[in-house]
Amino acid sequence: MGIGIRIEELRKVYDTPPPSAARGGGFSFTPMRTAGPKEKKKKLEVVALDNISLEIRPGEIFGLLGPNGAGKSTTIGILTTRTQPTSGRAFIGEYDVWKQQVKAKLLIGVVPQRPNLDFALTAREILLFHGAYFGQSAKERTRRADELIEKFKLTDRADHMVRGFSGGMMQRLSIARAMMHDPEVLFLDEPSAGLDPQTRLLLWEIIREYNRLGKTLVITTHYMDEADALCERLAIIDHGKIIAKGTPQELKASIPGGYLLRLRFDRVSDELLAQLRAIPGVSEVRSTEPGATDVYADRGGTLISGIVSSAQTAGVELRDVHIAEPSLENLFLHHTGRSLRD
Amino acid sequence: MNWKTFYAMLSRDGHVARRNLIPTLVQNLLQPMLLTFVFGRILTTSGMMKMDYKNVLLPGIIAISMVLSGVWAVAMPLISEFQFTREIEDRLLAPMETHWLAVEKVIAGMIQAMVSGLVVIPSAWLVMGKGVSLDFSHPLEFAAVCLLVALLSAAGGLTLGCSIGQTQIGLMFSMVIAPMMMFGCAYYPWSALASFPTLQYVVLINPLVYASEGLRGTLAPDVQHISIPLVLGALVAFDLVLLVVGLKKFGDKAVS
Repeated sequence: MGIGIRIEELRKVYDTPPPSAARGGGFSFTPMRTAGPKEKKKKLEVVALDNISLEIRPGEIFGLLGPNGAGKSTTIGILTTRTQPTSGRAFIGEYDVWKQQVKAKLLIGVVPQRPNLDFALTAREILLFHGAYFGQSAKERTRRADELIEKFKLTDRADHMVRGFSGGMMQRLSIARAMMHDPEVLFLDEPSAGLDPQTRLLLWEIIREYNRLGKTLVITTHYMDEADALCERLAIIDHGKIIAKGTPQELKASIPGGYLLRLRFDRVSDELLAQLRAIPGVSEVRSTEPGATDVYADRGGTLISGIVSSAQTAGVELRDVHIAEPSLENLFLHHTGRSLRD
Repeated sequence: MNWKTFYAMLSRDGHVARRNLIPTLVQNLLQPMLLTFVFGRILTTSGMMKMDYKNVLLPGIIAISMVLSGVWAVAMPLISEFQFTREIEDRLLAPMETHWLAVEKVIAGMIQAMVSGLVVIPSAWLVMGKGVSLDFSHPLEFAAVCLLVALLSAAGGLTLGCSIGQTQIGLMFSMVIAPMMMFGCAYYPWSALASFPTLQYVVLINPLVYASEGLRGTLAPDVQHISIPLVLGALVAFDLVLLVVGLKKFGDKAVS
């Protein structure tokens, strides 16, 4: 039971600007390789995915975590037949996504980053026609559409054109549409972006419920708490590469110390760094930018007095302290040197 | 090939077309009717044009209506559905090879072009009043020309719809559609260009010429026209080229 996903050395290089967020990665800040003087005629190249390999197990909720432009949506694009990989292969179950597109499409449902509903139809018609595209009988699709409309609280507006729907309603309808043909694998690209906290919790519940039916779910997000709360396993992507993967617990445990203290001084000297490293419980000290130092340690607030006296000994002034508890945010920072929100 | 999916998409397009029936009819009929009234009624009744000009004009009006409605029916939805909203995505994700979606769009466009042509014939006939004598003695040739013209318009719509963006729609009309209509031999037979020898050969790159001449040759064979086998050959060639180019462009747009 359940359908797994396998990605083998997937690489994607765009030679035209990457598509917009409905299918692609939104605004991409992935560095562009501009042509050198010798290869002037060569067009711009954006490496969106750089040899990614990954295995997603049948029936799990898998998270792809990373900042905008990291390659999450490109990965989803390739897995859903919408993007052609430059090299490498991707499988949904036993089917090669690029070579056996129709068979792969029968197994998947996709919730895009931005709703791409059919504006010429009403909410109910969108579901009914979607069912028809997937070969459901009239009776079956009517029953299923009624069920989903009820479940996603769209009853009042079911027979209205979707053009006037609010963002949240469009999002709910997009998810309902993706579930209409009861796919074995459901892809959700940034599902909770722009949702209010209450709807977000509802969404999480729907995702978990769908997963309990033995379905595989792949979610992209740049919210650490969402990945932490929802996903059984995660891959953290940055600049088209997987920088870490595992369960949220494993990943968090892999950060030296777990706690992160972000310190600001008027200046940073070698003596100060040496002093900080000597504090019991500190596992790693990194000077990130002038005046700023990250300290990874096995505890948080109790280290402050030691830090203050180290600063005094080194003759520098402590200006700011921020304590972060063990989290995926720290993990991302540890691996990339950048905050997810940067 | 998944026929169930194909049929479901065709019924989706049919459903949307029925919902927009009145605006679509107005859009497809108003302009040809106005043209018919001015050229086919006012100019002829007032004596500025001979009465048999009606027989020259009517097939041309049918050709223009068919071509415009087919182009419109395929190109416009494609242009908007391929925009940033990517409305077409749900159909691209349906279990069918993506190029069949383009084929489906072409079939839907052909049906709309045929309906448009069928509605224009009696309406224009009525508007023109007395003096129209259409010849329906070659039904097979007429049907063949109609089918090829419908395919021409829909395949042309596919190529245009996948080549331009929303901001260029106005430009498409002034640079492609308008010259096509003026030099499409719809308002005059191709033989009338004999006094402009260069132009007479340049307009041959315009597929509307074959649509107008073909319909003229089958509906009003007494008017001088390009021979039917030649017209059929040219229409087949244009249909194939536009279809191949359109499918290629659709494929490029559909997958990144």
